[in-house]
Amino acid sequence: MSVAVDVKTLVIDGQNVSARAGQTILEVARENKIDIPTLCHLDGLGDVGACRLCLVEIKGTNKLLPACVATVEEGMEVETATDRLKKHRKTILELLFAERNHICSVCVANGHCELQALGQQQGLTHVRLPYRNPELTVDASHERFTLDHNRCILCTRCVRVCAEIEGAHVWDVMGRGINSSVITDLNDPWGSSSCTRCGKCVQVCPTGALFDKSKVGSDHPKYPDFLPWLNLMREAQ
Amino acid sequence: MSQTITIDPVTRLEGHGKITIQLNDQGLVEDAHFHVTQVRGFEKFAEGRPFYEMPSLMARICGICPVSHLIASAKACEAIMAVRIPHTAAQLRRMLNLAQMVQSHALSFFYLSSPDLLLGMESDPATRHVFGVVAAAPELGRAGIALRRFGQHIIELLGNKRIHPGWVVPGGVTEPLSSAKRDEILAMLPEAYAGIKLALTAYKQIADRFKPEIEVFANFPSNYLSLINEDESIQFTDGNLRLIGPHGGVIEDGITATRFTEVIGEAVEDYSYTKFAYYKPLGYPDGSYRVGPLARLNIVDSMGTPLAEKELIEFKQIAKGPVESSFHYHHARLIEILYGIEKIEEILTDSLILDTHVRAVAGVNRLEGAGQAEAPRGTLMHHYKVDENGLITWANLVIATGQNNNAMNKGVLQAAKSYVKDGKFTEGVLNRIEAVVRTFDPCLSCSTHAFGQMPLVLTLLNAEGKQVDQLIR
Repeated sequence: MSVAVDVKTLVIDGQNVSARAGQTILEVARENKIDIPTLCHLDGLGDVGACRLCLVEIKGTNKLLPACVATVEEGMEVETATDRLKKHRKTILELLFAERNHICSVCVANGHCELQALGQQQGLTHVRLPYRNPELTVDASHERFTLDHNRCILCTRCVRVCAEIEGAHVWDVMGRGINSSVITDLNDPWGSSSCTRCGKCVQVCPTGALFDKSKVGSDHPKYPDFLPWLNLMREAQ
Repeated sequence: MSQTITIDPVTRLEGHGKITIQLNDQGLVEDAHFHVTQVRGFEKFAEGRPFYEMPSLMARICGICPVSHLIASAKACEAIMAVRIPHTAAQLRRMLNLAQMVQSHALSFFYLSSPDLLLGMESDPATRHVFGVVAAAPELGRAGIALRRFGQHIIELLGNKRIHPGWVVPGGVTEPLSSAKRDEILAMLPEAYAGIKLALTAYKQIADRFKPEIEVFANFPSNYLSLINEDESIQFTDGNLRLIGPHGGVIEDGITATRFTEVIGEAVEDYSYTKFAYYKPLGYPDGSYRVGPLARLNIVDSMGTPLAEKELIEFKQIAKGPVESSFHYHHARLIEILYGIEKIEEILTDSLILDTHVRAVAGVNRLEGAGQAEAPRGTLMHHYKVDENGLITWANLVIATGQNNNAMNKGVLQAAKSYVKDGKFTEGVLNRIEAVVRTFDPCLSCSTHAFGQMPLVLTLLNAEGKQVDQLIR
């Protein structure tokens, strides 16, 4: 006797799709080649719904839901690219650019940055908000890597990959709201922390906040694609 | 009644500056200054950044000579890392620096100065620009544009970007040269040779017409500084500096970048944001010197390439000892373009030019480092101090234009005294005074580490500072 699969059917952007119960709207949308922009989400990591770029509209509720954590329901009608959503996404990106010091032209991640790419994809031509220009530090105490708080968008990918995949949980978040920052151990310098030097956090960082000291200039692409495979191999064991 | 003549901004320069000329009660020139009027603060905001970001960060000072900053900065970083870069990386950087010199000199000569030279100092300002040159001498105009493209295209092929390529990094370059790109550069050479030969011939024909200008365009004895090879030939990227005196005698030889930081001081005058570099043992202003094409050709004994060598021999016949008038910067610039093309060809025939080992990796091994190179306009020096993690704690940049600053000011005064009589001046007279500054091809953006553009406003003020006349160009 085969196990019955709980199948949900729903509509995304007018397209009838089917999904397994428990799947997120984002997963189902991407399976059906419907693009929803994301920033804190990364395949292979647990989702936290932090960046709010993947917000979608659901018929019947005025509340916008983050597609990375909202699960599918039978008969759901989802819209992923309404004018309202596009406006919100642009505003979120503008807020991210205004919050810290993102100077693309001289950033180590220029040309390989997910924030920059999303800005281009979403048609961000300028930032309407005043830049905060905070005075933030750079932690270059690690022998291989550098942390530049000026470029951090607090997506917490580094925190999650270190805790969930590497199992070291060196990274965490300190402070509240706009004063939050990522830290290693109990806000110790990265170089003298319990870091295992695996470099996964650098590979998953979407911006130039975490980078490899030996690779600066125009050659700093990152390769976060290893994560789903790593998970798959571990499950197979 | 004393007056002040203001030329603001000086046109056809890279960056933003103005000239003021003070007249006394008899209408004679009392004093003249070239002011650089913008400040940028690169040295300050570099503080706290990782040292290995410095080449790309400092290259943003300038859109014309970013390569010079990339190279001087990378060399300063390599002093901090205490590494010697791979041979192929060094050769590729030399080629990049020469390509930039060619395009920058082509910009200076053809776009900025050839309108004065070809169309005349007194010609109609409405057509005294590069389009006027193309209309009057189409072949020469096209050659100039092609030479600039030649340099820019090599920069793009090597660094993947025409302006601000991120390819030069501390330790070398990020990617090796492919054989396809090498062949593409080789294929561009014949057109470049033809262009510069045409320009040299044309320049020599018209230079005779400018004898009065040659006499008063910053024509005075001075010291000169530039890089030089051990075999006395010209050098743009490596090696040490030589400082010579007014009669060509060596004042100091073998000046390393570290020694440069010890012997070169920077004076400040209240009328300009650009500092005034001088050789400390001689004091300020006696230790002032000139840099750039004229200085390089005055210092070296040979170009090291056959065609440019012939041109150098001819150039050296202009004077016994150093050639003094800054008007000859134009001639020197063209000879250097020819040298650049020949040297690029030579580098491309290096059997190791396609080698893939192009980068050395190291951490912080010294807490201080300096790097020097010849920018198109003259010697450029970057000097950094870092903490043990490699974060910049202090930075100082000495720019070519700062080193020519004293000579430019003296040159402006010399020309003003010669041309402005009885408080009277014409547009052509003022253009000649601007043209003195143009001979140096100063880069004001670099020298103030400034950007901006304004229409030219020429204001004539009386002794009380009241406007008596105004010309808007």
